[in-house]
Amino acid sequence: MSILSKFKEAMTGIKAGCVTLDYPARPRPVAENFRGRPVFDAQKCIGCAGCANNCPAREILVYDVCQEVRILKYLGRRCTYCGRCADVCPEKAITMSREFETATDKISDIQQRLDLFMSTCQRCGRCFKESSPLEQLKLKGYRFDDLANERWIFRSRAYLENEPVVDDIKIELD
Amino acid sequence: MLKNLCQKMFGRSLWVYHANSGGCNGCDIEVLNVLTPYYDVERFGIKLVGSPRHADVMLCQGPAMRATARALRCAYDAMPAPKLVFAIGGCACGGGIWHDSYPVIGPVEKVIPVNFYIPGCPPRPEAIIYGVAVAVGLVDKKVAPVEFKQLEMPIPRYHPDDLRGRDEMVVYEKAEKV
Repeated sequence: MSILSKFKEAMTGIKAGCVTLDYPARPRPVAENFRGRPVFDAQKCIGCAGCANNCPAREILVYDVCQEVRILKYLGRRCTYCGRCADVCPEKAITMSREFETATDKISDIQQRLDLFMSTCQRCGRCFKESSPLEQLKLKGYRFDDLANERWIFRSRAYLENEPVVDDIKIELD
Repeated sequence: MLKNLCQKMFGRSLWVYHANSGGCNGCDIEVLNVLTPYYDVERFGIKLVGSPRHADVMLCQGPAMRATARALRCAYDAMPAPKLVFAIGGCACGGGIWHDSYPVIGPVEKVIPVNFYIPGCPPRPEAIIYGVAVAVGLVDKKVAPVEFKQLEMPIPRYHPDDLRGRDEMVVYEKAEKV
């Protein structure tokens, strides 16, 4: 009886097979609705900085070099892949990829940096105004986040740093 | 170079010590998940030990908090000399969602030197295995910094003096050159 039961147990042990995932040798597909690293599409991005305003981790920095050039930098260190940036993006320039193998030995490897061309209104030389006063409150004007120290700065200015302040332009159509 | 150094230093098994310095337990669960038979990380000889004095690798979860930073530093100092530190999760890599609040000092690298980063909130068990495999030298890392440019510098600066009236429209004169 004892030998037979041992034999039976050995048979079940053989039948069970191996459950262990052979992961780094073979790729492992993720679920359909899995959210991984956000990927920025520079061709579609209009530089509205809605993603930077809505990022809960404050990991998207915006720096206005001059009126035409805006730098958008995604750091991704403490990104929780919540997908709010992809949700809020009006042009769908941000897509949540299904990429999770982001382990590195340098944290700057997961950065993405976009140098965007901001076209100005040909009439007034400014960006377009939001319709309601509440929306205008959310608009932050020119943004100067601390790119060197990679910090988000909650501050805005109506003028560019290191630039002479341009007054409101009165255009007369003749 | 770091890969060769790792292979030289850790010819045998890595024993890991699991230090949570104020995280939410999400990454801890994923790390323990890695040790289960399904993601059997003992294939690589990795074993969880209870004391930093027995460990080669420290797995840090959670940001460096004001209350636990000193303990974390002590645990790091207690580890014998060839040592690696893994920062697992968004908190250990970058300070977490509450990075700017009072009790959080910041990422773990403000207190102890970090060798490998595994971002995610929490990272998948596969991502942790991938980080371990990168450290051991089984696979290469996939990510690299990305930089896009929509424009070529220098571009002409906008100035209101360049605005010209042209039958009922005001045209920016330099627009064609941009």
